[in-house]
Amino acid sequence: MSDRNAGTQPLVEMRDIHISFGGVKAVDGVSIDLYPGEVVGVLGHNGAGKSTLIKVLSGAYTPESGQIIVDGREAKIENARAARDNKIETIYQNLALADNLDAAQNLFLGREIVTKAGFLDDGAMEHKAREVLHRLNPNFKKFNSPVSALSGGQRQAVAIARALLFEARILIMDEPCAALGVQETRMVGELIDQLKKDGLGILLISHDLHDVFDLSDRLHVMKNGKLVGTVRTEDVTHDDVLGMIILGKMPEHLLHLAGPGATNLSTHVS
Amino acid sequence: MTKILAKMEVDRRLVGLAAVLLIIWIGFDLASGGRFITPRNIFNLSVQTASVAVMACGMVLIIVTRHIDLSVGSILGVLAMIMGVVQTDILPQFLAYNHPMTWIITLLVGIVIGALIGGIQGVAVGYLGVPAFIVTLGGLLVWRGAAWWVTQGRTVAPLDANFILLGGGINGTIGATWSWIVAAIAIAAIIYAAIKDRRRRLSFEFPVKPIWAEYTNAIIKAGLVLAAVLTLNAYYLPTRAAEKVLAQRGIPATPENLEISHGIAIPLLIVALVAIVLTIAAKRTRFGRYVFAIGGNPQAAELAGINVKRMTVAVFALMGVLCAISAAISSARLQSAGNDLGTLDELRVIAAVVIGGTSLAGGLGTIYGALIGALVMQSLQSGMALLGVDTSLQSIVIGLVLVLAVFSDKYFHRRYSDPTA
Repeated sequence: MSDRNAGTQPLVEMRDIHISFGGVKAVDGVSIDLYPGEVVGVLGHNGAGKSTLIKVLSGAYTPESGQIIVDGREAKIENARAARDNKIETIYQNLALADNLDAAQNLFLGREIVTKAGFLDDGAMEHKAREVLHRLNPNFKKFNSPVSALSGGQRQAVAIARALLFEARILIMDEPCAALGVQETRMVGELIDQLKKDGLGILLISHDLHDVFDLSDRLHVMKNGKLVGTVRTEDVTHDDVLGMIILGKMPEHLLHLAGPGATNLSTHVS
Repeated sequence: MTKILAKMEVDRRLVGLAAVLLIIWIGFDLASGGRFITPRNIFNLSVQTASVAVMACGMVLIIVTRHIDLSVGSILGVLAMIMGVVQTDILPQFLAYNHPMTWIITLLVGIVIGALIGGIQGVAVGYLGVPAFIVTLGGLLVWRGAAWWVTQGRTVAPLDANFILLGGGINGTIGATWSWIVAAIAIAAIIYAAIKDRRRRLSFEFPVKPIWAEYTNAIIKAGLVLAAVLTLNAYYLPTRAAEKVLAQRGIPATPENLEISHGIAIPLLIVALVAIVLTIAAKRTRFGRYVFAIGGNPQAAELAGINVKRMTVAVFALMGVLCAISAAISSARLQSAGNDLGTLDELRVIAAVVIGGTSLAGGLGTIYGALIGALVMQSLQSGMALLGVDTSLQSIVIGLVLVLAVFSDKYFHRRYSDPTA
């Protein structure tokens, strides 16, 4: 889709994904892709199906039909563990941290380093945690406090570090800037830029255009379970994208890129 | 003062709790004219607290995972009855009377059945999704009823001669020499742990406590161990019993050698062992890390690949095992097993855990806190009994203290919620 990436293989491709709940088609034939070193926003109102789509990729839901292709090979992602085996890490909106544990304990939760005798090697874990977190945020100091004592941005850094530590190549961030202050949002933006340089593919899920517009290279816009279209951010304005989100209409000058959902929707919205 | 404690990395809540305990002890000592802080009373306290303290260690883990176990008193009851029957009715058919293996087999049977009972309740909570409150409320009735059925209500006695040593009776102590050896091992362990921890932190170039804080910590801990052993060794056997012991050993009694120390009671040793093993399990193993992670955020734990259901079963099964150990201590102390043994113990255990700083919201709690909590509860009860306070009034006071403890914890926690502040 993006000519900059022409020739390289997508990191992950979701093809023609269908999933419905009790007769409601939550995701209806959506295809998206993501290339290495690329940040792609998945936008849409609440209920547009973006979170459901992404939960398919992170292994929380199994689609009724459709394929997931990771590195050119079809992958079966039936649970969170399978997603992780495919180097897909999800950072949830509520951050999925255990508030009572400290940063290192959260980073290694479920994948602890143990000594030969089978006891937790907290020293080694803290050592690695300091290394990774220092790379993300040189000011991070509170290694021995529970993460509940951290700021929103610091918590986000812990969640991202967790993904990095296990060599994620595909990072899914659900509402990455929700509940963050201005400065913390900027910090997360810097983090994302840095990960991009490291060659990760990042999917940003958001209902708020402003959170992701400046961070993303491309945008997939969804409405009512269908893909309205995929655009490069450099080709569109905020208003163009808002039109896609609200009306389900592709901007006039990009109509040739419209997804299957665009025409259907524009008829029964208005 | 706060700064000094922070430098020493001492749990502020622990200091508060220890202060409360000290106030209670001094208060009762003054009110009773010096009869509370005596070797004899401290020794008795240690024995009386043991059964509740052992169960409290397990209850910490249950409550940390956001569950509750109301059935521990009843499980204790049914296990005491089963162990009573095993040692007095069943084993003597195969082994000699008071055979040295009897108490071991009995205890093992109790532990296995305890793990099964706890495990079944854990399955109901973890896999069937019935709230722990309901499952164990049911268990409270079921196992108390079962305790009666074991012998149709008959009290089992006398128990095996070796088994009753677990209760800390006349011979159920390890004496002065062994008490000193235990103290020496404990102090060596304290010093070793402090040095090892410091070296490990330095090897990773992590910040360490100032060296004076390390020394102070170690000296306080070692001092407490020494004080405890000195006190317990200062409690001598009654003259009559001492004469018997000397006669057994074939030594003529003289005024000096009649002073035979009790030393550390076996139930206290059991408590120490259980607390150390569980503290290590809680802090230094995956099992413990997952228990706390589940308590902090069950969803996060699940997403991290932790099998929350299986962990729930494991924690409840562990509680069952500890109930078996407590059942052994309680029945051995009474030298008989009656089907009402352990009645209302669930409330004493939960109160001890909560006073010890474990949050009912889950994710937060320490085993040493629960031990001090148990000691606070037992001190109040013994102290009031010593002063001749009516039992009815004792209940009222203990009930009020429980509510006050949780309130003050909430109050101070709100004020100092940031542990680095």
